[in-house]
Amino acid sequence: MRKLIATGAFLLPLLAAPAAIAPALAEGGHGPALLPAKFSFEGPFGTYDRAAAQRGFQIYKDVCAACHSMSLLSYRNLMDLGLSEAAVKGIAADVTVQDVNDKGEQIERPGKPSDHFRKPFPNEAAAAAANGGAAPPDLSLIVKARPDGARYVFSLLQGYVEFDKLSDQEKAAFGLAKDYKLEDGKHFNKYFHPGEQGYKIGMAPPLADGAVTYIDGTKNDLPTMARDVVTFLAWAAEPKMEDRKRTGVRVILFMLIFAGLMYAVKRKVWADAH
Amino acid sequence: MASTQGVPPAYNNAVIRWIDKRLPIFTFMHHEYGVFPTPRNFNYWWSFGGIAMVMLITMIATGIVLAMNYTPHVSYAFNSVERIMRDVPQGWLIRYMHMNGASFFFIAVFIHIFRGMYYGSYKNPRELLWILGVVILLLMMATAFMGYVLPWGQMSFWGATVITNLFSAIPVFGQDIVTFLWGGFSVDNPTLNRFFSLHYLLPFVIVGVVVLHIAAMHVAGSNNPIGIDPKGPQDTLPFSPYYVTKDGFAVVIFLMIYAAFVFFAPDFFGEPDNYIPANPLQTPAHIVPEWYFLPFYAILRSIPDKLGGVIAMFGSIGVLFLLPWLDTARVRSSRFRPIYKWFFWVFVLNALVLGWVGGNAADAELAIGSMHIPLLWIGRLCTFYYFFHFLILLPILGKIERPLPLPASIAESVLKPAMAR
Ligand code: HEC
Ligand code: HEM
Repeated sequence: MRKLIATGAFLLPLLAAPAAIAPALAEGGHGPALLPAKFSFEGPFGTYDRAAAQRGFQIYKDVCAACHSMSLLSYRNLMDLGLSEAAVKGIAADVTVQDVNDKGEQIERPGKPSDHFRKPFPNEAAAAAANGGAAPPDLSLIVKARPDGARYVFSLLQGYVEFDKLSDQEKAAFGLAKDYKLEDGKHFNKYFHPGEQGYKIGMAPPLADGAVTYIDGTKNDLPTMARDVVTFLAWAAEPKMEDRKRTGVRVILFMLIFAGLMYAVKRKVWADAH
Repeated sequence: MASTQGVPPAYNNAVIRWIDKRLPIFTFMHHEYGVFPTPRNFNYWWSFGGIAMVMLITMIATGIVLAMNYTPHVSYAFNSVERIMRDVPQGWLIRYMHMNGASFFFIAVFIHIFRGMYYGSYKNPRELLWILGVVILLLMMATAFMGYVLPWGQMSFWGATVITNLFSAIPVFGQDIVTFLWGGFSVDNPTLNRFFSLHYLLPFVIVGVVVLHIAAMHVAGSNNPIGIDPKGPQDTLPFSPYYVTKDGFAVVIFLMIYAAFVFFAPDFFGEPDNYIPANPLQTPAHIVPEWYFLPFYAILRSIPDKLGGVIAMFGSIGVLFLLPWLDTARVRSSRFRPIYKWFFWVFVLNALVLGWVGGNAADAELAIGSMHIPLLWIGRLCTFYYFFHFLILLPILGKIERPLPLPASIAESVLKPAMAR
């Protein structure tokens, strides 16, 4: 046993070594570090802050939904965020969905809780055409689909810089090429695809201080709104996360006890062999 | 080979007696797993074979449940996996167990292989046992590669495209072979379908080879940390209860670490890009394979010529088949090989560095002060060393190294452990 621990102590730094040198890697195009932020859903016991996620949904519904779909979600899923059935019915009924009636005719009807979130564009080509060539991605999984996703979206929403007001020094700090030009319809974002010709995003700044008035009267400055919408998006990307962590605590506790028992049994069995 | 074998146990249960007389599976289990004489001096590195077995069973059990809810079609595969994550009861658990299980299966098997290399477990009379092990590794790689394609994310699609395209390096028939693998002219629905079919099949082929692997082990008997054969009953212990309890404890500890990842960092080994649905029109910035392929990927990329790279990559596993004959030393265990012992650790370090190189962009550089060393050079150096270890070092070392004196028996080394160091 002691030898095993000693070997482990020898191997661990060996495994950790690559991680330690990684930051020393000279790779081109590292933009500024993401904004530091702590979220309620981080850590082994973290949960989604329900109030923040509900406000985040309001932002999605009032702002982002104009361009971004969330095709993996249905209105009924919102009940998991603590919205009442009546509220969800109301939210669903506010949108119009295409359907076929029992005579086989195309109709439009108010949404139901079982409907998927309404898509703002009929297809990807239409989405791209309406947004200067860059289609807004589906946001259902966006927090999982980017490295350090929650912090990334949080930073992205606050990362807009007015390019014309950048000094030459600041441009150099971003590592921009001499012939860097921001095309019409593109915006400069500190965190988007950094690189000599990078930082060009096709999304205009979607949020600014006071953009949305919260029903619950919470202060609506940009950092709060960004945090709220990120909390909502994190929940949307993994609605079963709380279940997972809860189960995990129980499983690990059980296994600790089980391991202790197994060790005791092993010791007892081996007592006469040494 | 053992005195305890051959005596059929007396069963109290009449049904068991009836069956055993006609089909002696109970006697077989009793001999091969109950009283099977096992060297008394195993350390915990010997538990990783059993751990790998547990992981194989876990993969098959979770995989079969996943397959009940998965749809192998390019338009539905991604969403069907997300449906498993969101709507299938406990689906998230099954999927995370399968996803992380692949990584932990490889962790167990890599440790198992390094154990064999340190203690000379591949030497006479265990050459075939070792070769069957390398076959299992190859089958695992094929299975995991095809499994990774199934969720049909960006890395699934582009990983499949890059790896299948390697076969186009084969002279004359290359492109035809690639078309044959794809079932068309690009990675598409037919590719996904055949990969699903094979991903379901190969684990059962692995089970078959594992059975042979264990059968071969029961003929030669297990090796042990000092690498000398048991000379009598005083050198061995019955597998049950001694190693059932010891391996059982090790399995629980291993599963606990596995569970920590499943429940608290399920995407640790994954790539964020695989949560983006596959898009044939948009190539990701960095295409990286799963971590367990990285050392081999680094070897592939370190050769400037495509065909050469493919040959080197397959050769890096092929050379393992020859290991029993490349190592010329007569002593098995590194405990008695004062020089090889160090080269073994250099080899492990070299493999880890290869993995690190494989995980970084092809044109990345390591900055030490003002020096910028291209990782490509480091990868080339390590690739050279990988083959140097097997093809040059091992054959020569076995001839020139003076082994330390071996203890007379396992029992003696257990009684006087100081000698065995
Ligand atoms: C006017 C339309 C529009 C609105 C409103 C909008 N977006 Fe976007 N968004 C886009 C477009 C277009 C892109 C694609 C940009 C590109 O690829 O250059 C995008 C991209 C994104 C991305 C992906 C960035 C990446 O790494 O690829 C995120 C995250 C995002 N938007 C979040 C939001 C959030 C959150 C809101 C609501 C607060 C929102 N967007 C509102 C148009 C919009
Ligand atoms: C040797 C054992 C096995 C290994 C190493 C293995 C490996 C993998 C890997 C790496 C993935 C991708 C995981 C992800 O990123 O989501 C996967 C997916 C999958 N595997 Fe396996 N697998 C094994 C056995 C099986 C078996 C026996 C079955 C079914 C009969 C199965 C069914 C599936 C299915 C349906 C998926 C797609 C769902 C998903 O991606 O989560 N697997 N496998």
